[in-house]
Amino acid sequence: MQRITNRAVEINRNPMTFGEKLYVPAILKGLSITLSHIVKKKATVSYPEKKRPFSPVFRGLHVLNRDEEGRERCTACGLCAVACPAEAITMEAAERKAGEENLYREEKYAAKYEINMLRCIFCGLCEEACPKDAIYMSETVMPANYTRQGMIYKKTDLLIPHPKKVNAN
Amino acid sequence: MNQLLEISFSSLASSIHSWLSSAIANATILNVVEMAIAGVCLLVFLVPLCFVLGYMERKVAAFMQLRLGPNRVGPKGTLQIVADTVKLIFKEGLTPNASDKFLFNLAPIIVVVVSMLVMAPIAFAKNFQLWDLNIGVLYVTSISSIAVIGILMAGWSSYNKYSLLGAMRSGAQIVSYELSVGLSIISIVIMTGSLKISDIVMSQADGWWIFKGHLPIFISFVIFVIASTAEINRAPFDLSEAEQELTGGFHTEYSGMKFAMFLLAEYINLFVVSAMAATLFLGGWMPFHIGHWEAFNHIMDFIPSSLWFLGKTFAIIFIIMQFRWTFPRLRVDQLLNLEWKYLLPISMVNIILVTIMAIMGWYL
Repeated sequence: MQRITNRAVEINRNPMTFGEKLYVPAILKGLSITLSHIVKKKATVSYPEKKRPFSPVFRGLHVLNRDEEGRERCTACGLCAVACPAEAITMEAAERKAGEENLYREEKYAAKYEINMLRCIFCGLCEEACPKDAIYMSETVMPANYTRQGMIYKKTDLLIPHPKKVNAN
Repeated sequence: MNQLLEISFSSLASSIHSWLSSAIANATILNVVEMAIAGVCLLVFLVPLCFVLGYMERKVAAFMQLRLGPNRVGPKGTLQIVADTVKLIFKEGLTPNASDKFLFNLAPIIVVVVSMLVMAPIAFAKNFQLWDLNIGVLYVTSISSIAVIGILMAGWSSYNKYSLLGAMRSGAQIVSYELSVGLSIISIVIMTGSLKISDIVMSQADGWWIFKGHLPIFISFVIFVIASTAEINRAPFDLSEAEQELTGGFHTEYSGMKFAMFLLAEYINLFVVSAMAATLFLGGWMPFHIGHWEAFNHIMDFIPSSLWFLGKTFAIIFIIMQFRWTFPRLRVDQLLNLEWKYLLPISMVNIILVTIMAIMGWYL
């Protein structure tokens, strides 16, 4: 048979020899393996105190981005909703009024932006589809919730904090 | 001898005895009072022992599986088992409606009482034994086989097919492995010529049996450890509770403190079996001596005898725990094959070898 990797090991199906039937070498080998595990490095960590780094391609909870001046980047174009294979994203667009230039970057913005985290499969296609760099997937693991309604994340849950207001604090 | 060495368990026991006999004239009442004190001491010893063993079991399991083990409650997780006990105390002790209620409640008590009874003739330290009766070894083997009645009772009275299956398996297992345990004990009895535990320990003053008994005693030591692991229903011989097949076996229906009593009995049995192995083969409380190395032997003598006994016992407990986390569980037929086709014939031949050795005096 054609081997794809060089890790495949052929199984030895020969009948067991007398030495193998005694099982004593196998038993001693097993005991020595478990004994050596005592001094080996542990495979687990004490979780809340010590966290393992995520891989660079990890896709966690979504965030809605702001630009440097704290204005929302999203223009409610709907490309993320179209790209979403799980149909988790819904939005309603609205037009920017005069005097709201410090809130929204362009003339159209998302008045309502919801992601149903129960539907989301964290594929990251929304992130790829976005032309305005508005939606990103963070390194936060999705927390549990008591209700299904609570799993529908609103704009307030998704938007990152205002950079200037954070600085002011 | 300096003052420190005077404080030993045996001097403590004899001073209590002399103080009590001066206070109480009647011999019968004196006996009863002393028995009560011994029983209380045993209980006071057993509960921390079970805590230590429970903690040790979980830590050993964790280390063998490359985990960290309990490390939240108390320093290094030492109080975890206390938290578990508190949880078990506050749990409801359910009795199934269809069960035989009298037997159902009696079974855990029998199991615990039997395992505590076996503690009686164990020599914990030099001249320190609850009851040094002249048939000590026979007493241990005969009493420990009563435990199967408690397990069968638990399985039968639960009115549950899994419990009954587990209890039946346990019955078959204990009855068959009892033979190998008995035969390997007999090999020591042949060498010593006595069933008395203090005699057996004293006979190892010039060397433990595992060293001076050569290969036959070593074989019977290995058989003893294997068969007694099976006798106390520990993995890889834990067919009677096999969680994956029988949802807990004979203690499926037990909860709360009644379940805790089975757990207690399991740990006491583990201790008793290891203590017996240490007493019979590793010299009990006898310190480790090498021939004529006087200086070395003197240093070894300075370590208290109780520490020697507990050290050996815990070494064997560790080995039995290691078995649990190393080997997969045996099937029922494999279990009985191992006993009847391998261990029993080997130990029978071994008995003949030991007898020849004892007659010819081929030991140190």
